Amino acid sequence: MAISRRRFLKITGATFGAVAATSAINPVIKGAKKIEEKTVKPVKGIVKIPTYCDICFWKCGAVAYLKDGKLWKIEGNPEDPLSKGRLCPRGTGGIGAHYDENRLKAPLLRKGSRGKEEFVQVTWDEALDFIARKMKKIKSDYGPESMVLFSHGVGGTFFKHLMKAYGTPNLTAPSFAQCRGPREIGFDLTYGDAIGSPERTDLKNAECIVLIGSHIGENMHNTQVQEFSAAVEKGASIIVVDPRFSVAASKAKYYLPIKPGTDIALLLAWMNVIVNEKLYDEEFINKYAFGFEQFKYEISKYTPEWAYIETTIEPELIRKTAREMARYKPATIVHPGRHTTWYGNDTQRSRAIALLNALMGNWGKKGGFYLPYKYEIPKYPYPPYPKPAREAADNPNHKYPFAEGEKLSTGLREATLTEKPYPIKGWFVYGTNLTQSLPNRKETIEAIQKLDLIVVVDVVPSEIAGWADVVLPESVYLERYDDLNTPLFREGFVSLRQPVVDSPHDQKPNWWIAKKLGEKLGLQKYFPWKNIEEYLDTRLKLAGLSLKELKKKGVIKAPEEPVYLDKNEDPEFYTPTGKIEFYSLQLKEKGFDPVPKYTRPEEPPAGYFRLLYGRAPVHTFSKTQSNKLLSDLMQENELWINADVARRMGIKNGEYVRLKNQDGIVSNKVKAKVTERIRTDCVFMVHGFGQQSKMYRKTFEKGASDSQLITRYKVDPIMGGTGMNVNFVTIEWEV
Amino acid sequence: MARFGMVIDTAKCVGCQDCVVACKTENNVPEGFCRDWIKTEVTGTFPTLHMEIRSERCNHCSDAPCVSACPTGASHYHDVGGIVLVDHEECIGCKACIASCPYDARFVHPEGYVDKCTFCVHRVEKGMDPACVSVCPTHCMHFGDLDDPDSEVNKLLNSRKHHALLPEAGTKPNIFYLT
Repeated sequence: MAISRRRFLKITGATFGAVAATSAINPVIKGAKKIEEKTVKPVKGIVKIPTYCDICFWKCGAVAYLKDGKLWKIEGNPEDPLSKGRLCPRGTGGIGAHYDENRLKAPLLRKGSRGKEEFVQVTWDEALDFIARKMKKIKSDYGPESMVLFSHGVGGTFFKHLMKAYGTPNLTAPSFAQCRGPREIGFDLTYGDAIGSPERTDLKNAECIVLIGSHIGENMHNTQVQEFSAAVEKGASIIVVDPRFSVAASKAKYYLPIKPGTDIALLLAWMNVIVNEKLYDEEFINKYAFGFEQFKYEISKYTPEWAYIETTIEPELIRKTAREMARYKPATIVHPGRHTTWYGNDTQRSRAIALLNALMGNWGKKGGFYLPYKYEIPKYPYPPYPKPAREAADNPNHKYPFAEGEKLSTGLREATLTEKPYPIKGWFVYGTNLTQSLPNRKETIEAIQKLDLIVVVDVVPSEIAGWADVVLPESVYLERYDDLNTPLFREGFVSLRQPVVDSPHDQKPNWWIAKKLGEKLGLQKYFPWKNIEEYLDTRLKLAGLSLKELKKKGVIKAPEEPVYLDKNEDPEFYTPTGKIEFYSLQLKEKGFDPVPKYTRPEEPPAGYFRLLYGRAPVHTFSKTQSNKLLSDLMQENELWINADVARRMGIKNGEYVRLKNQDGIVSNKVKAKVTERIRTDCVFMVHGFGQQSKMYRKTFEKGASDSQLITRYKVDPIMGGTGMNVNFVTIEWEV
Repeated sequence: MARFGMVIDTAKCVGCQDCVVACKTENNVPEGFCRDWIKTEVTGTFPTLHMEIRSERCNHCSDAPCVSACPTGASHYHDVGGIVLVDHEECIGCKACIASCPYDARFVHPEGYVDKCTFCVHRVEKGMDPACVSVCPTHCMHFGDLDDPDSEVNKLLNSRKHHALLPEAGTKPNIFYLT
């Protein structure tokens, strides 16, 4: 069975170079130029063009409709395995990104001091010349490793390529240390394999689904929602653990209103019950578990009665739900979640989830974790990249021993601030609003002050754009090609993003920007293709396909491969022992608990609430709030507060309040949502609002920013993820 | 004679508002307005709660008060399936229909006429589902002929518990919610 699985690459060490002198910033000021609006040649009637979505990172196949040459609507592509012909609300509202009046229209060069949002409009040549000059100087003064690329999404592909060609190993995305990193490392330490994106969860065939800290339905990862709903229809038993009565909780047979930060206690107690009552898959464990006896001994003390004190979940409910899970095994799945950076113990929490799943024997089984495969499309045959003289600066001395494969964005921010292990002098930021996506905004801003160059490529004037020296306006996904999408999934396929309409102003696609900048940096040998069509066609031809064919269909599927193990087939585990590691020697060797242990989280002081954050179905991060179709449905976020607490405090539903955190940071005003749907010890808000960019008019100070209040974070010692649910707030009346 | 209606499964609906966005793009509904919306009803006290999420719109009532209230005949039953429509040319914007609708399903379009859900009659006439039904990622919405005993909508109504909104208003609504 030719199954390709995602593996983490270990990065080998290198020596550290010397520190060179800093250079002063010398901004070039040019007069503003008028941009002529382009006109689209109208084609009469309806034209349909397949592409894939970019409103989030799920990359759903879609079909865009033009009516008389004008972008009309966008629907799911029925041929696409991710969307199956249906997009989520953000995808359906995707055309609003093209029409967004707040879009960046032309390259901008900073005029005033950083963060003042004072820019002059320049030409692409002027902007790219400025960047190239600065990048060359950084390379000669400090070495190429002193440039960092922060990127998010497939649009970062060509910038990653550019930065590797330039010679830096410091390529990072907050989606690791600020999001799904602990989950990937937790599963990798247990199974020797990560979960990946899209998650390899066979929700649609599961008979029992456990969501612990995962709000599917509010979190609109399309395939996950479609499969969850299919499972609900089939009558799957749903168990939801959440301090908030989520949408998913309203579909659940059992709802466990857990005290925030105590998930590990519940997971240990569940495993205690399942092991004590011998409800686990004994044959599976006997064959594939390593260290099960030590694990059994370790968890023997975590009784449901013990867990009750920590979690506030009744012991009988813990027992009942443990038995419910066991009843449906192996078609029981404890969802590993996605955003898992909460309390700084998150890798161990994910390990506990991995182990609970292992007790169900669901690896490679229907209704458990399927074995994904992909359409193998060879990479473009580029010349080899130069080998960086120094290893990445994000994790000096391997402080976080299991931060493997992906770089720590917060680690590179730290390196920028401290100039250790070597100075970082340039940031190139693509598609990630760092002041919202990294915890403690103050540190981000202080780090920016240490830079000789900060470039931001974005479609809207995000907060981080306001701090840039150069802002480059990108075409939105409906106006550009991007690299091919070939994810590991239950069906292997390749899908194409292609332009549907022209960019309305002087925006350019990422590949064009990367190529032009590469040429100005003297790296033209790394950009041998004339344009992206040639690049894509070369890749596709290597796989026996063509761009012409893919342009027409949007999606081409790979020959089908099995995604479940045959009855007598053994699963492969890429751990050092070749087994599922219930007892982890790897962790023990580095001084960590070989079996997950529970530590009580810090309690909110009297009068304070724990600040929790999450998603809404109609927005992605802080990047969709100016899309009129989506802002019409949700223009600002709300502060969820328990109805009893609100009554006691005299807070009325819909009334504006402000939050003040433990460090005295006061939020923008935010509407109180007084509800029964949340515990009394915490408050909740949707992430991505309360933006502080004045240029970003439609979003300016609409709602409150959780990121602004996340001044504290607890770093996971195993892999460097930043736990962000560790902030406490009081509620102040709006005056 | 067909009687078009919808059956919406509240057990599957997650309230994502995809139906709302799809309607807005399909029908070019102006900013600040919508023809369909999500209503969430929560009962009980934490943590013992029940929540029903509903995608709501004009109920295309068989005894529609808006049609009776309309002085010009702009609000009318369409020949196909009894869909309740507003003829923009005939509408004088008097708002009598808005006052008479127990579901608050109508609004005055910035261009002066009263607007609301049409069940995407332009799609239905081509044999397609309304836009909201066709995009729903949870597949919770079903459209069809309530007078046809073999239709999917009728099969669902016969096999599941359901309710309509404000049946006491006596308007004979044609949208049903499975619970």
